[in-house]
Amino acid sequence: MKKLVCSTIVALGALATALPAMAQELTFWSWRQEDKAQYEKFIDVFEAKNPGITVKFETFEATNYNTILSTALAGGSGPDLMFTRTYGGMETVASGGYLLALDKTNVPALSTFTAPALASETMRSNKTTYAVPFASQTMLVIYNKDIFDKNGLSEPQSWDDFIKASEKLKAAGVMPFANGTATAWQNEVVVGGLVSSIMGRSFYDDLMAGKADFTDKRYVGALTKLKEITKYFPDGFIGLDYASAQQLFSSGMAGMFVGGSYELANFKKQNPNMKMGIFAAPGLKAEDEKLVALYFDGGYAANAKTKNKEAAVKFLNFLASQEFGQMFANDLNNISAVPGVTFKEPLLGEVADLNKHSIPYLMLVHFRYGEPSGSVLLQSEIQKLLGGKATPEEVGKNLTTGLAAWYAPFKK
Amino acid sequence: MPGSPLVSRRLWISALIVPPLAFVALFVVYPIISAFAYAFFHWNGLARGEFVGFANFYKVLFTQPYADWTVNAFLHNVWVFFALMVLQNGLGFLLAYCLWRELPGAAFHRISVFLPVVLSTIIVGFLWKLFLHPLFGVVNISFRGLGLGGLAQPWLGQDSTALWSLIIANAWHMVGFPTLVFLAGMQRIPGEILDAVRMETESEWTKITKIVWPLVAPSATVVFTLLFVGSFNWFEIPYVMVGLEGSPHGATDVLGLYFYRTAFGNMSGSGQDFGAGSALAVLIFVFIALVAGIITFKLRAREIQI
Repeated sequence: MKKLVCSTIVALGALATALPAMAQELTFWSWRQEDKAQYEKFIDVFEAKNPGITVKFETFEATNYNTILSTALAGGSGPDLMFTRTYGGMETVASGGYLLALDKTNVPALSTFTAPALASETMRSNKTTYAVPFASQTMLVIYNKDIFDKNGLSEPQSWDDFIKASEKLKAAGVMPFANGTATAWQNEVVVGGLVSSIMGRSFYDDLMAGKADFTDKRYVGALTKLKEITKYFPDGFIGLDYASAQQLFSSGMAGMFVGGSYELANFKKQNPNMKMGIFAAPGLKAEDEKLVALYFDGGYAANAKTKNKEAAVKFLNFLASQEFGQMFANDLNNISAVPGVTFKEPLLGEVADLNKHSIPYLMLVHFRYGEPSGSVLLQSEIQKLLGGKATPEEVGKNLTTGLAAWYAPFKK
Repeated sequence: MPGSPLVSRRLWISALIVPPLAFVALFVVYPIISAFAYAFFHWNGLARGEFVGFANFYKVLFTQPYADWTVNAFLHNVWVFFALMVLQNGLGFLLAYCLWRELPGAAFHRISVFLPVVLSTIIVGFLWKLFLHPLFGVVNISFRGLGLGGLAQPWLGQDSTALWSLIIANAWHMVGFPTLVFLAGMQRIPGEILDAVRMETESEWTKITKIVWPLVAPSATVVFTLLFVGSFNWFEIPYVMVGLEGSPHGATDVLGLYFYRTAFGNMSGSGQDFGAGSALAVLIFVFIALVAGIITFKLRAREIQI
């Protein structure tokens, strides 16, 4: 009898230790409540190929996600896998040492990703990548094709064309642009979407090399043109909020909307009959390179302290694969960061084409690593510029001196 | 002596007192004390770092750009307080007087003045944001309809009008409250006094300044103190109407928005800094507690004097 009890205990013990190895359950945290069904589908594909590993997708409210995640990780109760923000938002989590370092050995597919994509999930101090980037967003000009056709307009090739097209729409009684700048972050959007081509790639390179700051005449010149074209924004646009601006465009009252590629899905939902096109706002001359502003908006990471490291890494490899990237693009209508993905939605394909000529969405990508962040400064300075309270030169100067508080190359 | 009436009475009383006391301790006293404690630490996200003494306070008060932001927000609060003192409490007093004198339609007006107070602040914020919409707002449409198109403004988008728009929205929302408190105070004035006054003078002005105003002093204490606390904790209306950044370029920034942004961050711009945020919260709390204390003390003394 005693022997039987003993052997039962031993057998149960062995089973208990073997169980986790047989069925590994991974938790996967996200802020995309609205994408839950799609992610569960992706996970089914993974689970079918990797019997014994189950992934549980859990979502949290987007605005508090970073707070919830950092609390859980600091308390040692974090998930095995998680969405991470990019740039500064990623660094706050990664700097605590909570994320598993990724490289060619554990996620080989990462070596095929573009350098800007990897940079969005790489900590600057130790040059280590902590997440597989999932999507990029592009700041560009969205236009209403029917309105353009009716007025005999085509995508502008030079700044003069752009102004002429706006003038023509205005004369025809159509609002040329739907944008408003009462909502602070929209000010940053119009800079990225309208004048990236004018500031140009050479300015960006010099800025990064420490050879230029925001008082540079290429940047100031770009802001001058921005101020000029806001003449074609709606009456009282400085008091017009983001939601109203979206409605002006989706209801067909305005010809163009300067915004992110993330607006496309939303506009389509609001007004399925509207035919939309996109273009990169032109530079001064037709031969200037037309640039959009690009950034990456999230990635997938594993917990450094996960008990199921092998399974978690397997899942990350799946998330970095072409197969997943394709599903992501098809089902979520987003520009997957996985290289070589094709797009069945033609507009997304066009966005991907425009991305080939891009500079980073400056403040978000490079100047959110300290306080005051470049985004906070730019949003407020552009409000001053458009409200007639500052000149482009003053904006450039205030950005530079404001950032000098923490950005070493600007410290004099 | 277990079971004696005295003991069971004491038990009964403590059973009534302990739950609310525990509730207040847990949800009021503890958060305030922990905010005090948080303000003395460095924070990495939500992970508490080392003890830094008064560094967070020094940061928000004396280092740039925080110092400018703090002063800017504080001055706006001061401005809001005085503006609302006139627009909300001053107007409230006049309205109360008119209602008390039972001018024609008093019953209807009593209800309509108080009606906005019961609306949620969020609804009022959205409502006024629509009223002030630059293209479709009823304010601009009315101006254009009256041929005064030049007066149509992007109210919430320019620094000269944005803060005033918020103040007016708030006054519209809350004017019923001081009205009601003053009205209650006026209705408590004994009839004999009023009869005596009537024999002396017919002047409404004398009546207001010499009789009614001194006798509603307790009501004034209440509404002044509450307005002070409300003005320096102001958050909902600005948050709904202009957003966390105090658009445009900080022209409507107030301590409430500034504290929230600093502590919890803002998806579209700033990171979170619990230390600096808690330091701000402590400063706001101490300032409000001190000044509200002084106001109450002074006004109470005045009540007795007159």
